[in-house]
Amino acid sequence: MTALLTALGAAAAIIAATSGGAPTAAVSTTLIDAQIVEVYVFLLAAFIGFQIITKVPPLLHTPLMAATNAISAISLVASIVIAGAERPLFINIMGAVAVAAATINVVGGFVITDRMLKMFKKTEGPK
Amino acid sequence: MIDQQIGALFVQVAYIGASAAFILGLRGLTKPDTARRGMQLAAFGMLLAIIGTLLNHEIVSYEFIIIGLVVGSAIGLPMGLLVPMTAMPQRIAISHMFGALAVTLVGIAEFIYTRDSAGGPGVVKMTAIGFETLFGALTITGSFMAFGKLQGFIPGRPITFPGQKLINAAVFFGAVGLYAALVVTQSSGSTGDSGLIMFAVMTVLALVIGVTLVLPIGGADMPVVVSLLNSYAGLAASATGFAIGNNILIVAGALDGASGFILSILMSKAMNRSFANVLFGAFGGEKAAASAKSAEGLTTRSVTPEDAAMRIGYARNVIIVPGYGMAVAQAQHAVRELAELIEKRGGRVRFAIHPVAGRMPGHMNVLLAEANVPYDHLFDLDEINEEFHACDVALVLGANDVTNPAAKSDPGSPIYGMPILNVQDAEQVIVVKRGMATGFAGIENELFYLDKTSMLFGDAKSVLSQVVTEVKGL
Repeated sequence: MTALLTALGAAAAIIAATSGGAPTAAVSTTLIDAQIVEVYVFLLAAFIGFQIITKVPPLLHTPLMAATNAISAISLVASIVIAGAERPLFINIMGAVAVAAATINVVGGFVITDRMLKMFKKTEGPK
Repeated sequence: MIDQQIGALFVQVAYIGASAAFILGLRGLTKPDTARRGMQLAAFGMLLAIIGTLLNHEIVSYEFIIIGLVVGSAIGLPMGLLVPMTAMPQRIAISHMFGALAVTLVGIAEFIYTRDSAGGPGVVKMTAIGFETLFGALTITGSFMAFGKLQGFIPGRPITFPGQKLINAAVFFGAVGLYAALVVTQSSGSTGDSGLIMFAVMTVLALVIGVTLVLPIGGADMPVVVSLLNSYAGLAASATGFAIGNNILIVAGALDGASGFILSILMSKAMNRSFANVLFGAFGGEKAAASAKSAEGLTTRSVTPEDAAMRIGYARNVIIVPGYGMAVAQAQHAVRELAELIEKRGGRVRFAIHPVAGRMPGHMNVLLAEANVPYDHLFDLDEINEEFHACDVALVLGANDVTNPAAKSDPGSPIYGMPILNVQDAEQVIVVKRGMATGFAGIENELFYLDKTSMLFGDAKSVLSQVVTEVKGL
């Protein structure tokens, strides 16, 4: 806990120090605010992730991997923007490849997780 | 203007909803009976995030997006539907590659684009983009190597050569040094092609790191590597979120990163080895060979399937210990048949599953579930280890190192201290094995030489089918 708080403090200090070089005070303040919020979001999400995932039984570790893999294909969201935004053609094409790669994981990942989870059954009827 | 703000608000609401769906979905995975619905919720969250993104005001044309979505679905859907459960480790490994590819391409595109915009990326953004590309690129090649080892077109044994560690260190520090240099120079706003070259070299070095990282790691260490790459793919996605200021990427990436990290720790613990040892150790090499006990002068007892059937058929309490050998022989269906037969005859059957049995976390559970073994018959190491005392027959199926009593009794053994299944406590042990070859650690297993142990040599699937036939005839 203390270590994490220290890490948070250090991250904040680094961001504050590095953003200090920005041209105007106003810009640098908003930049710090935005980045700090992102650090908070990351830390809280990582905490929740640790809490929940330590409770996943070893029985379901393979579906867990498939599932988190599908979820982390959320990079599809970033890929879509790059493929569709007003940018040079080759960047749009890179975006299209990224969209394809991420879509493979989204579609394939959720389908395969469901296929696996469907197989896990309890003993039927009274023993 | 107001339209745009409402649109942006909608996007954010969609992202928040998706984040909640991901977290609740993963919570569903903590219990087998809520898992499926949980993942459906997560998939719905993903759909929400995609729809939200498509409404993003930055998007001006949809052609490339549609092409990407169609191509990705055309590859992803058959892959999801058709990949057999036995190929699951490979499929998980290769999917990390696709995820990392997307992240890396986004990182490169973002770098090129922000370089050309006024002021450059700046320190914070450059830090995120660099991290994203570095981890993304090494995950691409690392996952591909893991895929190759699992699929069998790259040798599964550790590949080492003289000076390997030196070269690895040089490549690693080269990439990190370039990353640091990029962050520093971008902050001062210096433009020109030097930044682009540094970035390109860093990416190439990261690709090399992925190869050299996995090359010296052997097949049985794959659970750790696959988990670790899972974590890297997640962290890279999270870094993407920092780079483009998108919270849902940060959340989803953090969840994935945490999951992969926890799994790699669990796997390392189950092998009694540190992270560093798995990554840099190249197990089973000179060190193991030197300290392993020789088996000379010891004899094993070999039995026929008829003998084995006799013992198993009349046992009241059987514990089956599956290992990678069962997966290779695809014997899980024969095992299930045998288990049902024993239960029909009034015996009790349980499965004892070691955390690192197989090639990925949970490998054995998935195979047995596919063969219709109910999950309440599957037990973890901690749950079942005390039960071996009361068990008539322990049937070891293609598992080796995870049953080696030397882990408890022989401080000189390379696997000393590793948690093992207490198979030697059972009244009788029957080991199904192809031959007397050593397991991955390259050491003899004392279990095979005990008086109570009978060896049943042969391919697990055909041997078990014979046993099943014999038990039916009892």
